[in-house]
Amino acid sequence: MNMHSNRPIYRFTPKALHIDWTLFGLLLVLICFGLIILYSASNQDMGMVIRQSMRLMFATVIMLVLAFIPPHKYKLWTPWIYGFGLFLLLAVMGMGKIGKGAQRWLDLGVFRFQPSEIMKLAVPMMAAWYFDRKSYPFNYKTLIIAAFIIFVPALLIAKQPDLGTGLIVAAAGCSVVFLAGISFRILLFLISGIALVTPFLWHMLHDYQKHRVITFLNPENDPLGTGYHIIQSKIAIGSGGAIGKGWLSGSQSHLNFLPEHATDFIFAVSGEEFGFAGSIILIMLSALIALKGIQIAHHAQTSFTRLLAASIAITFFLSAFVNIGMVMGILPVVGVPLLLVSYGGTAMVTFLSGFGILMSISTHRILFNEMR
Amino acid sequence: MFNRAVDKQQKESNIQRFRLSLLVAFLIILSGMLILRLAYLQLSQYKRYATLSLKNQMSISPIAPPRGIILDRNGIVLADNIPVYVLEIIPERVNNLDQTLNQLKSLIPSISDDDIDNFKRTRKQHRSYSSIPFKLKLTQEEVAIFASNQYRFPGVSIKARLMRYYPFGEVAAHILGYVGRMNERDLQRIDQSNYRATNFIGKTGIERYYESTLHGQVGYQQVETDVSGRTLRVISKQNPKSGAKLYLTIDAQLQKAAHEAMKGNRGAVVVMSANKGEILALVSAPSFDPNHFVNGISNKNYNALANAPDKPLFNRAVRGLYPPASTVKPFVAIAGLEKGYITPSETIYDPGWYQLPGIQHKFRDWKRRGHGVIGLKKAITVSCDTYFYQLANKMGIASIEDIYMQFGFGQLTHVDLLEETSGIIPSPEWKKRSRGAIWYPGDTLITAIGQGFTLTTPLQLANATVSLGLHGKRFRPHLLDRAIYDDGTNQIYKTMEEYPIQLKDNKIWDIVSEAMKSVVMDKAGTGHRFGRDASYSVAAKTGTAQVFSGDQYEKKHYTDIPEALRDHSLFIAYAPVDHPQVAIAVLVENHFIASAIARKVLDEYFKFNQPIKQTT
Repeated sequence: MNMHSNRPIYRFTPKALHIDWTLFGLLLVLICFGLIILYSASNQDMGMVIRQSMRLMFATVIMLVLAFIPPHKYKLWTPWIYGFGLFLLLAVMGMGKIGKGAQRWLDLGVFRFQPSEIMKLAVPMMAAWYFDRKSYPFNYKTLIIAAFIIFVPALLIAKQPDLGTGLIVAAAGCSVVFLAGISFRILLFLISGIALVTPFLWHMLHDYQKHRVITFLNPENDPLGTGYHIIQSKIAIGSGGAIGKGWLSGSQSHLNFLPEHATDFIFAVSGEEFGFAGSIILIMLSALIALKGIQIAHHAQTSFTRLLAASIAITFFLSAFVNIGMVMGILPVVGVPLLLVSYGGTAMVTFLSGFGILMSISTHRILFNEMR
Repeated sequence: MFNRAVDKQQKESNIQRFRLSLLVAFLIILSGMLILRLAYLQLSQYKRYATLSLKNQMSISPIAPPRGIILDRNGIVLADNIPVYVLEIIPERVNNLDQTLNQLKSLIPSISDDDIDNFKRTRKQHRSYSSIPFKLKLTQEEVAIFASNQYRFPGVSIKARLMRYYPFGEVAAHILGYVGRMNERDLQRIDQSNYRATNFIGKTGIERYYESTLHGQVGYQQVETDVSGRTLRVISKQNPKSGAKLYLTIDAQLQKAAHEAMKGNRGAVVVMSANKGEILALVSAPSFDPNHFVNGISNKNYNALANAPDKPLFNRAVRGLYPPASTVKPFVAIAGLEKGYITPSETIYDPGWYQLPGIQHKFRDWKRRGHGVIGLKKAITVSCDTYFYQLANKMGIASIEDIYMQFGFGQLTHVDLLEETSGIIPSPEWKKRSRGAIWYPGDTLITAIGQGFTLTTPLQLANATVSLGLHGKRFRPHLLDRAIYDDGTNQIYKTMEEYPIQLKDNKIWDIVSEAMKSVVMDKAGTGHRFGRDASYSVAAKTGTAQVFSGDQYEKKHYTDIPEALRDHSLFIAYAPVDHPQVAIAVLVENHFIASAIARKVLDEYFKFNQPIKQTT
């Protein structure tokens, strides 16, 4: 057996599909719960539920296809995907169409596409790829290059302006750096560095972004603007109580007091209608899915797959955390959807693709003795 | 070597796995934070948010801006806002709406079935959680009765609202128009967010034309309300911006006099200042009381008004189309003089009829025996038809059409009322297009005496008379003088000067005005009913529009003719002759007293405005 072969040899998996059934099952439960909430949040618009189901099916097919591709291929393609994503980001700056006052979309004729979505996966992939090549312990040069890999796209996205996605991309990259084994001394140093540049970053924010942060700090100050959203969503959740007002009978969302109740604020609908019991299930499901991802990372055999798997899992959880935290008024309003529950397709496709990669990592296992 | 590499890899993956466990801890901490927050909101603060959610439904309510008031040129109020008590209902808060309405009706006897019908209609146009007016204008006593029974009616409350009131009633109804409750069609022509608290909208007249100026900008307040809809506490407030105050060019005193003078007749009076196109009075008779529309007119009363044979809702001054009759003769004379078809000294012989060469038909003069030898001045003074027949035959229809166009007959004056219609100046092309018939030479003759197809509005006549007095200067007539906005800015109506009529020889104006002066002053003048004893000089022209042409009535005394078939009388004038200050057009349907009415109105004008004496 050629031990120095470039191609790792995988154990033949007898199953035709590369599905991690635990992960798949958890996702399915979350998706079904999401559709039930959406039916109520959309004011019982079956059309919206059907459209959402179509998107979910499309995204699931992509997930299963991506699960089929063995991880070493991803490793091989990583620099290309990253480079392509970066190129698209720059293209969007040049000729992006204005969508909702922000330059995020690239019109490909057939459909409109957000390059920032690619970066949610491409940045942690690139960071994992980079650290996979470097050996522990890491010197400062390695860290500086890693910082460029992460923050150049993250800042480009935040500048679009899409603060929410920018933060998620940065968080996905940073989680890789943390997991790769950066020393706590450097970590402390970096955190104090971030604290120092924060005032500088504040000036880079758009007015509406600044406004959101200010409103978050003092929502009662601005009852007709963004603060109004937070107040209304807190009322919706709080009035749900322990078991909620019942499916389809949340007055806050059905009388339109709750803004964006089918998209970004959908968690408030479930809070109002299913109460503490229903909301805790949503939070637990998100956490369990992420934990399953971390478990896959734990069993992963290469640095690249381990870092990537953990990063995808934690990024998924972080976006859920940012969304739920925003809706409950402990984080600023940044426009991050609740994955697999909020109405809308782009982020959902991205993360189900990510889970496809996770399944690929989980189901393609290198025989250890063959590696020796 | 090999083992060291494997060891290193092993060490690296051990570090990474340790970090993974840190990540799990991090994840659990974050989940814990979310769950704690959730428990805080839903378990510990449940009561607070549950009440907030109940109270929430009216937490942000719009405040209607006070509608701008309308005044006359001297600051006399023509349209005012008066505070009234209104019984309002929020349908969402009411358990059994029909039962509640019936109970309210038995509690307050002045509530009629019309009120209930009206409410049911307006309800469909509002959101169910907004407050909808049910009964307007409650008396003090009714307010007291309801207040002591309020506990029985959740969702019903008494609000103090401003309501439109027109102190002059029917005197200025056709100028001001009226406001009424908004309907589906109104909703389509407005910015709905700005009308969230508004129940009334301008339907006709000035109220409609200047709706956006009069309405103002909606305000908002965030209020805490209890279950029955009473405001407990105003949390924050953004005041509305009230609508602009409009000063009209109308002189309320003169308007009233003109309205009185027209009493009992059908017709219109338009008085214009011979200065910048200002309309001083605009009367259409009979009229109606616009206050009925504000209160919400019942279907029965509305149909009675709309279908009345006298058509009180119809604005005759700007919408009524009438043949101008002999009032056009001075204008035709101007064209004839300008183009050299006639001179002031030339005379013709009038046997009482005119015949076109080669045609048997006799075009009759109004005076059967004829006027004999007659020149231009006398032809205008006695309104000789034959003179103008022969002039028309020389000039041809194109010249007549041209002079009518120049003076604005048959065209929109673009006055600030949406009700205006244009009228007709006939021409061979027009007749072919609209009637599919060819133009006969006889059509030219009757067009020159303002009969036939020519149709004008009283406003067009008044505006043309201004131009006659001002030697061809033309203005766009208007009712708005200035608007004063909420922030104190004063916007004055920009006078639009139209393209003037220029004559080769300015003496022509004097020739015509001399002739028009003798219409009143000459013993044979047709304007004798105006009277020769006025304290000011007048240049005038009368007209008699035939409603029914036919020999059967020609010899009869007018009282023997059915009223609806009697001739309309017209009168145009400007005064004083040398320095025109004012112009008037009067039209009275089926009655001859236009000149006498004009006299009353002009007397009223000069009672307060001294004629400027020309000093030489």
